[in-house]
Amino acid sequence: MSLTQHLSTPISSSSSAFVAHSNFNSRTKNVSLPAKRFSICKCIAAPQEAQTAYKTTVSRNANMAKLQAGYLFPEISRRRAAHLLKYPDAQVISLGIGDTTEPIPEVITSAMEKRSRALSTLEGYSGYGAEQGEKALRAAIASTFYRNLGIEEDDIFVSDGAKCDLSRLQVVFGADVTIAVQDPSYPVYVDSGVIMGQTGQFQKDDQKFVGIEYMKCTPENGFFPDLSSVSRTDIIFFCSPNNPTGAAATREQLTQLVNFAKDNGSIIVYDSAYAMYASKDLPHSIFEIPGAKEVAIETSSFSKYAGFTGVRLGWTAVPKQLLFSDGFPVAKDFNRIVCTCFNGASNIAQAGGLACLSPEGLKAMHEVIDFYKENTNIIVETFNSLGFNVYGGKNAPYVWVHFPGRSSWDVFSEILEKTHVVTTPGSGFGPAGEGFIRVSAFGHRSNVLEACKRFKQLYK
Amino acid sequence: MISSRVKSRRNLGIGHCTKVPRNVNMEKLQNHYLFSEISRREAQHIEKYPNAKVISLGIGDTTQPLPEIIASSMAKYAQALSTPEGYRGYGPEQGNKDLRKAIAEVFYQDVLVKDTEVFVTDGSQCDISRLQLLLGSNVTVAVQDPSFPAYVDSSVIIGQAGDFKGGARKCGNIEYMKCSPQNNFFPDLEYASRADIIFFCSPNNPTGHAATWKQLKKLVDFARDNGSIIIFDSAYASYVMDDSPRSIFEIPGAREVAIEVSSFSKFAGFTGVRLGWTVVPDELLFSNGFPVINDFDRIICTCFNGASNIAQAGGLACLSSEGMKAAESLVHYYMDNAKILVETFTSLGLEVYGGANAPYVWVRFPGKKSWDVFSEILEKTDIITVPGSGFGPGGEGYIRFSAYGNRKCILEASKRMKSLFA
Repeated sequence: MSLTQHLSTPISSSSSAFVAHSNFNSRTKNVSLPAKRFSICKCIAAPQEAQTAYKTTVSRNANMAKLQAGYLFPEISRRRAAHLLKYPDAQVISLGIGDTTEPIPEVITSAMEKRSRALSTLEGYSGYGAEQGEKALRAAIASTFYRNLGIEEDDIFVSDGAKCDLSRLQVVFGADVTIAVQDPSYPVYVDSGVIMGQTGQFQKDDQKFVGIEYMKCTPENGFFPDLSSVSRTDIIFFCSPNNPTGAAATREQLTQLVNFAKDNGSIIVYDSAYAMYASKDLPHSIFEIPGAKEVAIETSSFSKYAGFTGVRLGWTAVPKQLLFSDGFPVAKDFNRIVCTCFNGASNIAQAGGLACLSPEGLKAMHEVIDFYKENTNIIVETFNSLGFNVYGGKNAPYVWVHFPGRSSWDVFSEILEKTHVVTTPGSGFGPAGEGFIRVSAFGHRSNVLEACKRFKQLYK
Repeated sequence: MISSRVKSRRNLGIGHCTKVPRNVNMEKLQNHYLFSEISRREAQHIEKYPNAKVISLGIGDTTQPLPEIIASSMAKYAQALSTPEGYRGYGPEQGNKDLRKAIAEVFYQDVLVKDTEVFVTDGSQCDISRLQLLLGSNVTVAVQDPSFPAYVDSSVIIGQAGDFKGGARKCGNIEYMKCSPQNNFFPDLEYASRADIIFFCSPNNPTGHAATWKQLKKLVDFARDNGSIIIFDSAYASYVMDDSPRSIFEIPGAREVAIEVSSFSKFAGFTGVRLGWTVVPDELLFSNGFPVINDFDRIICTCFNGASNIAQAGGLACLSSEGMKAAESLVHYYMDNAKILVETFTSLGLEVYGGANAPYVWVRFPGKKSWDVFSEILEKTDIITVPGSGFGPGGEGYIRFSAYGNRKCILEASKRMKSLFA
């Protein structure tokens, strides 16, 4: 890549600001930046060095060079911003990035408000908190989500979110482990693996990184991998309810997975960020499966339950029984990383989290979840009525729509161009996502209804 | 001979070990993270003496309440999240645009840092590790000796360090640049080997020394001559009381060789709220010409999801003129604490450093092991400090006293120290 090409790569950024904005008239501030010239930015009285800009002699991390372009969701934002530039009056509706839209229930925000004010008082001020999280919150998470599953308060590590936890786990594992991911899957599993040095190069022909085991999840196999054809890896990333397919694994399937991990001596990193969207008869935690505590870590988040996507709060449960091959407890190393590479989640966010887990908070979260689930139903019905093969949408806020024989980026562009609705192309989640579009069900009801109206017009 | 690993397995009383090998880099880490160890010792002491009135001058934890303007802005922002107009979901991973602008304007006005070069985060400790992730295992690292332990620890974790050389308590492959009274707490760069990355903290934790303009110019020139990247930790910049530089970017040429990491923790009392920032200049390039900022942005977008929006609202309030005034008076409060401590130790005839441009007082106890002095002080005065050797072999023989605490505690601590060392 030439130097000027590097310079013209826009810095990704979705629209922002602490001022009010609505989905309809988003002010986009971040579009492709013009190519920069170094000499403009020099702040010393030195002669301009026109052609040869100073370079350090520090080699770029080869792992970073393996990454393909930007992370998926900033790319979606870029395209959205470019679209708005082209059609400034378009009423763009975003069903792309899974960003929550409904206000946080008052029982939760008032706890955060209280905590904020308390920080300005002598009695209420607190500095550094325990890196693992505030005791009361750890206990509440354990009792709310893991009651009777043998996961205790001190197995819980509170964090600023699942995305960050995934990278911290990768730092724990290091470069010398092999990983398996579902195909398609949330891009962070693959990207963080590449960054850590767990993979080889990206192969353009099959759209896969060498060294990663991709476990195909398609309608044909009910979105659960055929484990008999999966090679052993050290780490298995598994997300259920699934982003992007919306599939929720059954108890029987998860038992298979746990047994597979046990037989292979693997560690499952189980992403349960959408667990509360699953129906009651389905497993909500990997630890409901016997034997899971010896093979699995579970990571989760308040983002999609409490609308905490901006507030930032999540957790990871690492059972005491989970051991490396030499018998060393994984939790001890995770704790070391949490103490050294992290400094705890924001105390205000944690106060909010505690309120989330009060009886009133839980009730309120369920109401918000039900609201998004109703959005999902509307979207599912729409695509069903148009004759599409529709997946997901029952146990997750994502609808996975099949566009057989078509490139998903082309479908993404077509939908954006013709209906001003942002979605996410399936291939962004892995090669088996090709031919699918992920429609996210987060949005104001009116926007979701309007988007569905436009889909009906386009595909009638 | 039963290895401790097998023992730990047996102690847990269960059979199944995965076949996943433990990360060898984690094995290289020596003991607990320093401040976790300090906490542990404090807890032990309290258990032993439940009635002791322990005073903590150990971990540099802020103690004074947040200024009201900052706390109320966060309260308002939190409340607004329950309204349709005020609700916000994901923010840009690089930080709220207004906050990025404000940081650039307030801290870097004279040195032309752009808002697009400012990345808002949840704090320096996290940023250091994110930078390590960016840099990867194939770079060499230099640190001051003594220095904030996260630089060495994160370097070991990511795989840049060799094995610990037990005797010298140094990590092979890490260049330790001694900083002592003899060299005015600035490394003798003529004797320093080249390293890809140079961690440099000023005002310094733990020694309290604020590097002069001349010293930083030497450092920047050294980096430039060697093609190195400086990671400049300016977390205590607001504690500079004289005309020492507050940002590496005050030095000509720094934009092409340095990254600056900073934090709201120590000047806004945000140790628990979690907010900081890192500046990566556009001109900073890897050897192949690739801009470091592009890779840092990729790390921020992939391994992070932005600082809490409530914390960011607080940050913005902090950078208003009223907010800055309030933060400055907090800083002065802690610096007045530092003055008291400096006076106390000086009056006891001890060699005292720091405390003038940083909230840390660095006291020499010649001929004694710093962990022994730590224990003695704790046992006899119920005061927590930090032993200098926890910051590197160059810290042996010193104790770091933090000036964070409410005035009463600082005065009481001084009294106890006077009676112990009189």
